[in-house]
Amino acid sequence: MAAVANMPVSDLLKSFKLKTKQQELLIRVSILCLVYILAFITRLFSVLRYESMIHEFDPYFNYRTTLYLTQNGFYDFWNWFDYESWYPLGRIVGGTLYPGLMVTAALIYRILHFLRFAVHIREVCVLTAPFFASNTTLVAYFFGKEIWDTGAGLVAAILIAVCPGYISRSVAGSYDNEGVAIFALLFTFYLFVKAVNTGSLAWSLASAFGYFYMVSAWGGYVFIINLIPLYVLVLLITGRYSMRLYVAYNCMYVLGMLLAMQIRFVGFQHVQSGEHMAAMGVFFLMQVFYFLDWVKHMLSDTKLFQAFLRITVTCAVTVGTIALGLGMLSGYISPWTGRFYSLLDPTYAKDHIPIIASVSEHQPTAWSSFMFDFHILLFLFPAGLYFCFKRLSDATIFIVMYGLTSMYFAGVMVRLILVATPAVCLISAIAVSATVKNLTVLLRSKNKGVQTGSTKGSGSSKASSKALLDQSQPFQKNGAIALLFGAFYLLSKYATHCTWVTSEAYSSPSIVLAARGAHGSRVIFDDYREAYFWLRQNTPPDAKVMSWWDYGYQITAMGNRTVIVDNNTWNNTHIATVGRAMSSYEDEAIEIMRSLDVDYVLVVFGGVTGYSSDDINKFLWMVRIGGGVFPVIKEPDYLVNGEYRVDKGAAPKMLNCLMYKLCYYRFGEMLTEYGKPPGYDRARGVEIGNKDIKLEHLEEAFTTSNWIVRIYKVKPPNNRW
Amino acid sequence: MGRASSKEDAGALFHSLRSAYAATPLNLKIIDLYVGFAIFTALIQVVYMAIVGSFPFNSFLSGVLSCVGTAVLAVCLRIQVNKENKEFKDLSPERAFADFVLCNLVLHLVIMNFLG
Repeated sequence: MAAVANMPVSDLLKSFKLKTKQQELLIRVSILCLVYILAFITRLFSVLRYESMIHEFDPYFNYRTTLYLTQNGFYDFWNWFDYESWYPLGRIVGGTLYPGLMVTAALIYRILHFLRFAVHIREVCVLTAPFFASNTTLVAYFFGKEIWDTGAGLVAAILIAVCPGYISRSVAGSYDNEGVAIFALLFTFYLFVKAVNTGSLAWSLASAFGYFYMVSAWGGYVFIINLIPLYVLVLLITGRYSMRLYVAYNCMYVLGMLLAMQIRFVGFQHVQSGEHMAAMGVFFLMQVFYFLDWVKHMLSDTKLFQAFLRITVTCAVTVGTIALGLGMLSGYISPWTGRFYSLLDPTYAKDHIPIIASVSEHQPTAWSSFMFDFHILLFLFPAGLYFCFKRLSDATIFIVMYGLTSMYFAGVMVRLILVATPAVCLISAIAVSATVKNLTVLLRSKNKGVQTGSTKGSGSSKASSKALLDQSQPFQKNGAIALLFGAFYLLSKYATHCTWVTSEAYSSPSIVLAARGAHGSRVIFDDYREAYFWLRQNTPPDAKVMSWWDYGYQITAMGNRTVIVDNNTWNNTHIATVGRAMSSYEDEAIEIMRSLDVDYVLVVFGGVTGYSSDDINKFLWMVRIGGGVFPVIKEPDYLVNGEYRVDKGAAPKMLNCLMYKLCYYRFGEMLTEYGKPPGYDRARGVEIGNKDIKLEHLEEAFTTSNWIVRIYKVKPPNNRW
Repeated sequence: MGRASSKEDAGALFHSLRSAYAATPLNLKIIDLYVGFAIFTALIQVVYMAIVGSFPFNSFLSGVLSCVGTAVLAVCLRIQVNKENKEFKDLSPERAFADFVLCNLVLHLVIMNFLG
């Protein structure tokens, strides 16, 4: 790729009297600079369209903890007990979060303040993810260079800069663990592959630190601690092991494990949890393996060695199985937890853990999602696998394994497309780079009787892979030019698609909704922030708010009030209690609310605007989760013939439960659409069944301007006479 | 394969191992001694834990892992310094030793944080 670009530019550069190597370096550096800037600015759509704010739900918790960290210092942050969420239980924040993201943002904030840039911490938080996305492109370049060559590195950097699979979780404002974690993941893998290639202890130490950063940033570090032992195992089995592998893995494992245990949330999992046992097993296996290798090298007689081999192997296997068996049977080694077990058995969560099954990001991936997030990389990926197999080395085996395992997991859960993206970009980059290199070599070759390389037309739809003959020299060159144009056309289409996807699908803040008005003008619904600000200003500071767990983080971060349950979902019974309260009649619900000291109830309602992610659509999950703990709540009570309805034909329990009453209070008089009766629910498309709603124990406190968020106050008990 | 022949086998195995090991250079033998010492210390700690109980667990882990860690790093040093390994012939023994010291420094700093 660099060779073709050289031709017209080299005349200009020759005027600077640069040698070819320096020209190449200049081109490489300028490409990397442009890619760095591109990765940053393509993620800024929502900042330009709306404002610089934090998106979605989880980032609000991260923002609140970062604020706490910058205001109170690291020691208070590390030992923070938050009494404002999960009332009355509280939450040990210091021990139940991954501090990497917050510490990173706080560090950037301190550095900027040291340089006298007086930025607000929110701006730093909003722009952390794009900054780390740019850094990821650099790491992708070095990784590509390590696996294949500099051309592949450059293409990998460009591909990952705009790939929608990565942009979806690292857009400006998406202040979530993944923004930093993907950088840490790729960085750790790069350092480890470098360590295996060089066999140096210094690189292994660096990869241990990279692993430590990854553990501090995201729970997905389990992928690293399982992929690397699997890779080592594959190398051992295929006979590609060497002394460098021993040095790299052992140093990384021991130091990485020790560093990882410093994070309170991870604790002793590296020696006690079933998910981490693969790494330990491979560690012991390696010791035995290399010990046997050493003994074999020392003994010159093979027969004696066979005897020794037999003794050692039987001893090791028996000791290993006894230890593992004892550990698992006694329960000391915990089995795979629900979240990760549902990756191996996708049907597990639906039957056993409804909370995990209810999250939309945890659903299996449809083909359309793959095409949407990867575009041409989908068919460049197998082509890249072919090239990797043609030139097998320690590094290419690693990237092949990373690609295949991550693609399997991406198929099981939509959210994990993110983890597959760097592998897919790297492997596709190999395909593109190798193809373009072959084609340009063909273009630049003189008219000799040379062997034709197989022009693999993997990058072009117009090509068919045919072996060209010696005598068709001019057609050979034309064919190569046509294929090159095809490749560049596809790549430009990729760039267009990625930018379009970023602009349309992945840049919405979720907390501010936009729609097109009747005349095409843009209408902004800022109801969420309106409601939280009302809470902040009009309720007593120690008021407790009950809502469904989706909104907990936002209420504590923006409304600054205590909540009953929030997005951490660590206590299923507490959430089920709230679910039960929402699904019961008002008299039963008020008992539960009084026992929890609830002052305000917050519901989200989309009937006036047609907003479909509201609480009525989520209501069945409340019933299921509540019913999972309290058998008095039965899902069939709320359905009619298995159908979920809110109109006149709905189940009587549905028409009188607390959630229905709170959402549709006073809605029966409202005219929402021209030509429809009053009380027409635009999100469900029906006229509601119970229009005459009277509330006995609650009163309406606030409804936002588009009726999206509704807040009710719990009335104190009546005076006794 | 009677009883007597397997005993002879074991004896022959032991002798040939011993004679092969006697041929290794002195610096490698010193490293091997250090590795043996570290493993031995780890075993003592495990036996003590079995007698006394594993509370506080982080102290036990840091003790055992410091021994195992330094043993593993010493083995890595041995691999890098051993003249018979063709892959490492460009690596100077000073660089190998400096890496070893650096990794041990990091290891023990983390251990000291983890001891509690």
